[in-house]
Amino acid sequence: MGAVAGLLAFRVKVDAQEPAQLSQRYDRYRIWDAHSHLEALPGNTPLERMTILVRHMDKLGVERLLLSQGFGQYMYHPTPEQVRIENDRVMEAVRHFPDRAYGSLYISPDHVESCLQEFDRCIRDGPMVMIGEVETDVRCNSPALDPLVERAISLNVPILQHTWTVSSGNGPGDSTPSDLVELAKRHPKGQFICGHTGGNWELGIRAIRGTQNICAEIAGSDPTSGFTEMAVRELGAERVVYGSDVGGRSFASQIAKVLGAEIPDSAKELILGGNMRRLLQPILKAKGLPT
Amino acid sequence: MIDANVHLFRYPFRRLIGDDPAELVARLQKKGVTQAWAGSFEAPFCRDVSAVNARLADACREHGAGFLIPFGCVNPVSPDWEEDLRRCHEVHRMPGIRLYPNYHGYSMEDPAFAKLLSLASARSMIVQIARSIEDIRTQFPFMLVQPVNPGPLFKLLPQFPNLKIVLLNGGGWAGEDAPGMKELRGAGNLYFDIAMNEGVGGLDRLVAATSPQRVLFGSHYPFFYFESALFKVRSSDLTPDQVQAVLEGNAMHLLRNS
Repeated sequence: MGAVAGLLAFRVKVDAQEPAQLSQRYDRYRIWDAHSHLEALPGNTPLERMTILVRHMDKLGVERLLLSQGFGQYMYHPTPEQVRIENDRVMEAVRHFPDRAYGSLYISPDHVESCLQEFDRCIRDGPMVMIGEVETDVRCNSPALDPLVERAISLNVPILQHTWTVSSGNGPGDSTPSDLVELAKRHPKGQFICGHTGGNWELGIRAIRGTQNICAEIAGSDPTSGFTEMAVRELGAERVVYGSDVGGRSFASQIAKVLGAEIPDSAKELILGGNMRRLLQPILKAKGLPT
Repeated sequence: MIDANVHLFRYPFRRLIGDDPAELVARLQKKGVTQAWAGSFEAPFCRDVSAVNARLADACREHGAGFLIPFGCVNPVSPDWEEDLRRCHEVHRMPGIRLYPNYHGYSMEDPAFAKLLSLASARSMIVQIARSIEDIRTQFPFMLVQPVNPGPLFKLLPQFPNLKIVLLNGGGWAGEDAPGMKELRGAGNLYFDIAMNEGVGGLDRLVAATSPQRVLFGSHYPFFYFESALFKVRSSDLTPDQVQAVLEGNAMHLLRNS
């Protein structure tokens, strides 16, 4: 077809060794990923899977992960023993890569007493520095979370709460950003991270914008254009946190939400890591860990 | 770099940076794109696709002649759709078409779909099938459109050995897979873009499951951040030759044979 042959003439030669678009560096950003899992990755052990994550972190310049539970099939209503196993896996993975990851504590509001013991084992006496991702066992506006939040406040650790607002309706334990607002208002000294910003981010950003102790987290949804711009516009860059939700998602699609956004470089620096380091500074300082 | 998956005009439920054709061209060129295969965001939502295709062709000519390659839409369950196909090819000189089965209300088991493939094959046109546009969990609640079930395509592919079909937005997250996707990746004459391909090492797995010659760079811009697709390539383990094929060579091969 003649017309198509003409179109092909417009092509610009790309260097097969290193296309310029691929070699652009973003080294000026210190990227800390607030939301990661060991699930949906090859490998049979936490070490094997963490090794894969670190290799891919290096490809896109991710300095450090906050590693959450999740290794195999997603568990609704885990038992206390399953919660403990998940925390053990995270601590094992982090132990092999102390310079690349910090652990985040898995808790289930179904088992408050045993989870309070996990606080002691894994944060007070262990290496973990954050709570979450708190999943879908119970909606997070439930009073069942109150003692867990109070404990997090006493240890000065932020809480990453899974939230979604599914267009066809949430499952029974699925929290919305509005549920998190209720919890955060009951605990004004708590620091909350709104995981996924509800997926439907145009709704999630609006829901949390009046609640200053909640940050929007951009992980785990498609890289829809406009997400980060709206979050910065409505919340300020200080309240927006990068996370990926690997291994089900990719670092690529989630980092693109920040590096592809039309926001100032200073905002990108905060979102990609500055804000997480600020949120974690009290616990890291108390533990003598580097920021 | 050829982007096989962009849309012109406005998405009905959100203003997008780059939803003006001139602005889209400028931004894509700044990002290093040398050619973009463009559908119209009007196509899934309008019944008069003849007018949609004419506006698409005009916009591509006006704002990016030689850069924007129009891919018109045909709805094979709409009256006289064959004329739309003819106009796409003969009037607008389009090398291919882009289909939205679930937005237009047909499955790939519909006999009209097979007829469309047959006629497109006779014209040596590329057929792009958009499996979805947006995650159903975030779509507007009064208009939820499930992703296309690609499974029936497997039985049709052997009937059209020379037809080049590209499945757009065919990926899934957290390792989830549509029924029949595994078989489709193993089929010989089906191509995939990478816009919704997800997971750590997702592009490497897609190439391994298909072939380095059957994966196309597609960004789903401006609905998605362009950098998502770019970083997928950048963080892959593909060889330089494979990168070149995905970024450009495979798309050029398809165009050459259309």
